[in-house]
Amino acid sequence: MMTSAGVRATARIAATADGRGGTALPVLDGEGPLALRRTRAAGSEARVMLVGAMSGPLGGDHFTVEANAHEGARLHVGSAAATIALPGQAKGPARYDVRLTVADDAELHWLPEQLISACDSELQVRTRAELAAGARLVLREEQVLGRAGEAPGRLTSRLTVRRAGRSLLDQELACGPGAPGGWDGPAVLGGHRAVGQLVVVRPEFVHEMPRAALLGEFAALTPLAGPAVLVTAVAPDARHLRRVLDEAVRALG
Amino acid sequence: MSRAALLVLADGRFPAGGHAHSGGAEAAVKAGRITGAASLEEFCRGRLHTSGLVSASLAAAAALGLDPVELDEAADARTPSAALRTAARRLGRQMMRAARATWPHPELDAVARLFPKGAHQPVVLGVAARAAGLGADDAAYCSLYESVSGAATATVRLLSLDPFDATGVLARLAPAMDLVARDAVDAARRAVEDGVDALPAGSAPLLEISAEAHAAWAVRLFAS
Repeated sequence: MMTSAGVRATARIAATADGRGGTALPVLDGEGPLALRRTRAAGSEARVMLVGAMSGPLGGDHFTVEANAHEGARLHVGSAAATIALPGQAKGPARYDVRLTVADDAELHWLPEQLISACDSELQVRTRAELAAGARLVLREEQVLGRAGEAPGRLTSRLTVRRAGRSLLDQELACGPGAPGGWDGPAVLGGHRAVGQLVVVRPEFVHEMPRAALLGEFAALTPLAGPAVLVTAVAPDARHLRRVLDEAVRALG
Repeated sequence: MSRAALLVLADGRFPAGGHAHSGGAEAAVKAGRITGAASLEEFCRGRLHTSGLVSASLAAAAALGLDPVELDEAADARTPSAALRTAARRLGRQMMRAARATWPHPELDAVARLFPKGAHQPVVLGVAARAAGLGADDAAYCSLYESVSGAATATVRLLSLDPFDATGVLARLAPAMDLVARDAVDAARRAVEDGVDALPAGSAPLLEISAEAHAAWAVRLFAS
């Protein structure tokens, strides 16, 4: 819906076990700028691609994506291109909410392309994943500060992962003009223009946790206080960042 | 509230083990990211608004009487680095010993029983503030000041930085500390109403990455 306050759009995905060893998608509803496509399945996994039908989000827009993997489902969600936060006519920041739920014995791979914070944009991202005790999750988030050679916009991105009703990870990154001081300094980003997180939650980590490891000078894998690991990486650009996170995925097997 | 008790708790000589930790400064100095007073100030400013705000809000919430177990879980979720969680619990255990000896209180005893290996330091600091008759704002200020003064003191040792310059950095950060302390207490009060998810969750990627690297060094001057 287009209003003077910007575009509001919600996309919903629900994945269920189809009873024949595969995954069905009883809900696959895009809206406006958030279009969804089912792509070729890989084994028991259903694959969905988020296709941006417009640019954005622009200032004042509010996008929401919900993905629910029900018991026994295996869902993989990617996006066709990077999301670019742009300045808009409407007042106030844009909002992008992602709400994920993963049931027992279900698996979600949430692997969208980068979020690029363009000059003069203002975006608040809120990602919440709610997991059952027996859920599996691979979640990647990558933020790029500005298009090539451009100053970044203002970006706030909070990522919360809850498992069995308890907080497993709660992190917020704030950067760009007007962000609290020191965001580009030696404690936070230190001039790096790409930053990413990879969260992997697996019930079997209860028995055997991967050990903390350095992945080069600017990335580390660390066990969380639960059956999960987080890879945090900073890099000069999106390409370097992706290479590091891809290596981490391979290393975790 | 007792202003004198606040000075006792905030004093760098309070025997809670903080002097052994650099707040990430040792790794940042080695990596060449802190080279003098200016970069130390930027480092501390980044700490203040991320892990500093988180710690201060946890301390304020504990001082307001929120459940230490819930706060400790919130601290775990906001401290993804395993090395930093270990350091925070070790510091929490040392703070507990010092606080119980200084201000004996049943709430400190209860937290010590619940967390024999130590609760996160800001949570213990907040309960200690309660035991000392201090308020949420006192706890937030103690926590914030500690989050930058430790890094400044360590940099004096690591870089032979002039102590006058390091103190100048802390003085220039004072207005930012006032703002962050207010935000931390506001967030703690919201958490009383809405639960611990209302607490801030600011993260500093370079602090987290370099904490893992630092923990693996064979020889280091500081524990974190």
